[in-house]
Amino acid sequence: MEEILVIAEHRQGAFRDITFEQLGFAQQAGALNNLSVTTVVLGMDAAGAEQLQSACDAVLYTDDARFADYNAPDYLLALSTIIRSRRPRLVVMGHTAQGMDLAPVLALRTGLPLITDCLGFEWTETQVLARRQLYAGKIDARLVLKPADTYMVNLRPGHFEGQPDMGKKATLEAFPAPVEDGASTRRFVEYITAETEDVDITDAEILVSIGRGIGKPENIPLVEAFAGAIGAALSCSRPVADNQWLPKTRQVGTSGKTVRPKIYIALGISGAFQHQAGMKNADTIIAVNTDPEAPIFSVAHYGIVGDLLEVLPVLTKKVTSTEV
Amino acid sequence: MNIVVCIKHVPEVIDAELKINKDGAGVVTDDLEFDINEWDGFAVESAIRLKEAHGGKVTAITLGDEESEEALRNALAMGADEAIRFDSQGFEQSDAPGIARGLHAGLAPLAPDLLLTGAQSSDDGWGQVGLCLAEMLGLSYASLVVDFELKDNLIIAHRELEANTLERVELTLPCALTIQTGTNKPRYVSIMGIKKVRRIGIETLSATDFDLEGMIGAEASFMAERILSPPETGGHAEMIQGSLEEICERTAQVIREKGGLA
Repeated sequence: MEEILVIAEHRQGAFRDITFEQLGFAQQAGALNNLSVTTVVLGMDAAGAEQLQSACDAVLYTDDARFADYNAPDYLLALSTIIRSRRPRLVVMGHTAQGMDLAPVLALRTGLPLITDCLGFEWTETQVLARRQLYAGKIDARLVLKPADTYMVNLRPGHFEGQPDMGKKATLEAFPAPVEDGASTRRFVEYITAETEDVDITDAEILVSIGRGIGKPENIPLVEAFAGAIGAALSCSRPVADNQWLPKTRQVGTSGKTVRPKIYIALGISGAFQHQAGMKNADTIIAVNTDPEAPIFSVAHYGIVGDLLEVLPVLTKKVTSTEV
Repeated sequence: MNIVVCIKHVPEVIDAELKINKDGAGVVTDDLEFDINEWDGFAVESAIRLKEAHGGKVTAITLGDEESEEALRNALAMGADEAIRFDSQGFEQSDAPGIARGLHAGLAPLAPDLLLTGAQSSDDGWGQVGLCLAEMLGLSYASLVVDFELKDNLIIAHRELEANTLERVELTLPCALTIQTGTNKPRYVSIMGIKKVRRIGIETLSATDFDLEGMIGAEASFMAERILSPPETGGHAEMIQGSLEEICERTAQVIREKGGLA
């Protein structure tokens, strides 16, 4: 039976959520196209590999400490060897810090077409179709792919559903992966986690979050006044942290924090998928943005098209007056 | 230190109303403002700072039409020494490896010690060209770099991972880095600054200068067709409308109902 090859992602001994999302996607695509699902786990022992046994048909693992931490040269050599020998129909990775680093070069080396930040992939009777987005999520694209024996996709994190138990019972097979000889030109050194912060935004019941639309740091006190009035903590999207207007530890999103407050008020945040991934599970999302087509409105429960600098003073007055 | 930085001239889409063109494969860019790709601004700044600290030369290269020289002028005004434009004719409907093949042909003769690109572009967002280039040049690489330093023959770089975590990696020169936003503060370029570099010649290359037949454009792309559409809105935000007073009254009511003014 032909197969889909899922490249599992783990860090510091634990599988990342994306691995199960990849497996959920692969299970569906496999069932529709009569393909089995094989997972490749580099750098974990049998006990680690067993954690994926209920979510695919076969697990290939290599218990080799040199793969415990992701390192491009070693992963590229091992995975290009496996892909060439197994010739799967589809190779599935995540559009994560690891997948984004690995896939473009792996695809080039193996000669495979690669769809990064992929939102959908299907073989129809006549075509192979992939879905992704352009222009920061403001345009959807359907790509008709030319015929190929194997395709490679990097799935957008948080877009596909998956869980560790999909009622399967995979075979486990250890395999020796080739490792580069001699000194590598790239070496993993260590992980660094950001220092503890003054406010932990993941604890907040209400978050007022600012984005690029804040314009300049001088406007932040206006937001602080509003946040104070409703008992909210202040968070932000990437551009605000990039500009160092708020500390990185206040950043909501893939590379920052994932939050789930009762109320999330997004002010001037366009809503790139990396940001959405960090806040879309908030109970209630209110978004204020000048751009009626901003992607944030696709995850918000309430939307206001307007300039936050005009809305905030009036809104602050309203919430203050209702409190009295 | 021979530093090459790849940049792209892209439409600004935040707050812009995007229209899909007649054939459905692209957006109408006539009314859009263009600027240097956000990620690339950080890459240029990184290149200039490295040159200022260690000496050397910075060459900026883009693959684009004549208007994309604006992005090159921007890089020159920031402090790049030389600029190359690889003309985009022949690259229509190229996939990312196709674009990389053109850039590779143009910059390989420069034999960079360090290649810098943005981690992705804001238009197509494939996030592939920089790494394809590294592979074509036979360079080791690191993507999504938020800061780095040069120490003897080593680049010590921090890659941005998920959940407030960075990863420190060491690379031996020559190598390639793709730069994430927030790495630095790209210096401000004034109109005067642009004027000053107006006389610097921009070298122009084209696909016909190289043996790229069958390696670029639609023919070499893995895509047969691309069909664009406005995004399907997954959610159903209730849009609060009315006068500013009414909007704020209703919003305050929502906040109160959802437990925000307890």
